[in-house]
Parts: sequence; C-alpha cells; structure tokens
Amino acid sequence: MADLHLPTTLLPLFGDLPRRLDIEAATVGDAIAQLDERWPGLRDRLCDSGPALRPHIHVYVDRERSGLETPLASGSRVDVIAAISGG
Amino acid sequence: MAKTIVLVGTRKGAFLLESDGDRRDWQVRGPFCEGWPVYHAVYDATDGSMYAAAASEWHGAGVWRSKDLGETWELSSEGIAYGEDSGLKLSKVATLSAGHGRVLAGAEACGIFESRDGGVTWSLLSTLDGQPHRDQWNDPANQPPGHLGLSAILQHPDEATRFWAIVQGHGAFETTDGGSSWTPRNRGLRADWPLDDPEVGYCVHKLVLGPDRKRMYQQNHCGMHRSDDAGQSWTEITEGLPSDFGFAAAAHPHDADTFYVVPVDPGHGRVMHDGRAAVWRTRDAGSSWQRLDKGLPQRDAHLGVLREGMAIDAYDSPGLYFGTSTGQVFASPDEGESWTEIASYLPAISSVEVAAVA
Repeated sequence: MADLHLPTTLLPLFGDLPRRLDIEAATVGDAIAQLDERWPGLRDRLCDSGPALRPHIHVYVDRERSGLETPLASGSRVDVIAAISGG
Repeated sequence: MAKTIVLVGTRKGAFLLESDGDRRDWQVRGPFCEGWPVYHAVYDATDGSMYAAAASEWHGAGVWRSKDLGETWELSSEGIAYGEDSGLKLSKVATLSAGHGRVLAGAEACGIFESRDGGVTWSLLSTLDGQPHRDQWNDPANQPPGHLGLSAILQHPDEATRFWAIVQGHGAFETTDGGSSWTPRNRGLRADWPLDDPEVGYCVHKLVLGPDRKRMYQQNHCGMHRSDDAGQSWTEITEGLPSDFGFAAAAHPHDADTFYVVPVDPGHGRVMHDGRAAVWRTRDAGSSWQRLDKGLPQRDAHLGVLREGMAIDAYDSPGLYFGTSTGQVFASPDEGESWTEIASYLPAISSVEVAAVA
C-alpha cells in the first residue's frame, strides 16, 4: 500500500478527493488510473495526451523524481507536486 | 425588472458584475473557476448556463460550467483532446460560443470542439482540414507569443449550421453545414506582408455581425473593415481612427450602421493612445468616427483591451462594457455617450460578455 499525497490545487475540482490516501498500485501510472476511476477526469488534470505527466506536475516516489512507469512498493511515499510556476 | 450581468474572464478566474435594469449600480462576485486563467467566459441565453474556457498552468485545459448564475461551477475536459495520430497537441481552450442547443469551443492547436449536453462531454467537430495554409497554422514556428489558435467562433443567430471561425494569423472561415466544409472569407482584406495565397494569410482579430445579418465588421491587425454581404467581401474603413490596430469590437444590436472599436497603439505597447482612454463609434458604417471618452480617464491611462474585451447589451438604449488588461471594467448605459468605472481591481481581463437575465 503506497502513501499518496496530492496537490491542494486538485482538491476543489473533485468533491470528496482527500489530500492523502492509501492506494494499492504497481506503478505511478496505475495509481493515477485508479484515482481516475473514482474521480473521473482526474487523470486529465495530471497527464497530457503523451501519455505523460503534465510538464508542471512532478511526482516523487520516496523523494526520487519519477514518471508514470515508476514502480511502487508497499510503504512507498508518493508526492504529486504542482511545480512552482505561474505568477 | 431584468437583472443585467457582465461576465468577466480574467487571468485569475471568472467574475460576475450584477446590476438591475438601469445599469448604474454594480456588485462584483467572484473569483470563480478556482482562479484558473480564463480566456473567454460566455452566457447561454437559451438556458441561463455560463461557460468559461480555461487553461491551468498545472492541470491543463478545460471548460467550466455553471447552471446557477455562478453559485457553483464544474470543470470538464472529457473529449477535449486530439487523437495521438493527429499530430496536434491541445494547449488551451481559447474561445467559446453558445447557441442553437450546443456549445462550441475553439482550441489551440486549431480545432473546434462541440458539446450538446451542456458542457459535460465534448467531441471534436472540425480541424478545418483541407483549408489553404492548414498545414502551416499549427506549426509552432509560425505562431506568435500567446498563441490562441482558433481564436473566435461567431454563430449565426438564425441558422444553426452556419458559423464563422477565426484562425489566428490566417483569417476567417465560414461553414454553412455545421463544420463539415469551410470557405475562406477574407476577400478585400489588407495584409502588410507577402501572401502566397490571396485567400488566406490575414490577421483577423475580431468579427461581429450586425442586426440585419448581412453587415459584418472586423478589427484586423491591418485596419478596420466592413462587409455588406455577410463576410463574402470586405472594405477597409480605417480612415478617421487614430490607428488601424486594435482587438475589441462591438456591433449595435438595433442599427447595422453603428459599430464600436477600441483603437490601440500597434507597437509593442498595444494600449490606448497617449494615455487617454476612448472608445470610437461610427453611426454611418465607417464613413466617419466619433471619439467617446466622457467619464473615461484622460491622463496616464495606458489601458489595453483584448479581442473579447468589449460587449454590448440588447436594451433599447444599448449599454457598452469593456474590460482592461489592468483589471478595470467601464460601462456606458447610453450607447457610449458617458462612462463609469464599475470594477477597479480585478485581475487582467481577457473577456467581457453581457446578458439580461430574468
């Protein structure tokens, strides 16, 4: 079970979406796909049509910069970050 | 008495300005859409829905919708995407047009998406395949900063399958079959650069349709232009204006000869001339122009107004509204004769729309 943390910018878009949740997933991409099943449209907020993470969405697995293919282990901490951008 | 609402799209969300029918006292509500940059916000008079085209730096592009005059908003981008084989990448939804039971969205890269369920789901309607320059206009090398792609859609009020689309930097195109086929509508326009095809290559900023459904006006990168045949041919009417450049325009809802523009400095500044704010009006289809500035700031007012930044209501004595790139909204309840500032400290304004609601 991975410990997933989401950016605050995502929460107002999806009703009851929590800031953090436990998720059983093989990869980062798999975790996002599961989130999209529970909160339709969420994948499109994090990924573009690449498919890839959006340019200003960064994911860290156990503090290492990661991509959609990065595997998750039991107890992994996953931080999804809205990168410093905008103005 | 009807309520008048002015829907404002800004760099930091959408706002609503509300007044009663006399259009003199205004209340501001917002920000809406979670502060996402809003390129264009519109009102659908058929069912009272509002829509806002937005693109977040982090979370991509989509269309917000509200069914309750802005009390609650929901976002959707379901179906707003190009296929992986298309070679097109969607960066933003630039413009919206609601009417005839649908919402049309213009996007960058250039394409039109359609929703027939009130903005819940979308499908690709057209990418104007086969039009001259079609292979060039999505090339990043040909795109200016702040590229909007398909920057405007103008629906014919009476004919559901007829509408016009502006491809930024390439021209206006008309469809009469709901987007299946298109015809360039740029004959007679001026371009201050070489053209390899006289049908396209024009920088149309804003297109409006008069109440007779034949008269059209457009603010172009190269001059003001009038059409007497619904866009099939154009005649330049710049003479008398302080410059040939501007973005915003509005057509009088009851008089086909009356039309409003906001000329700006054509250089890098693109703000009103000499720090003195003014809207310009013709009452004779462009033969002469009047400067309208009563109540507008006449000193140190370096105001910019973007292509969707001015709107006109449909009252017997129409009211005009424009929003600036520095966050002010000015309103005139008397066809531009006098103006008041009805919002002063909004974020940079991209769009202004007005509607009367029951």
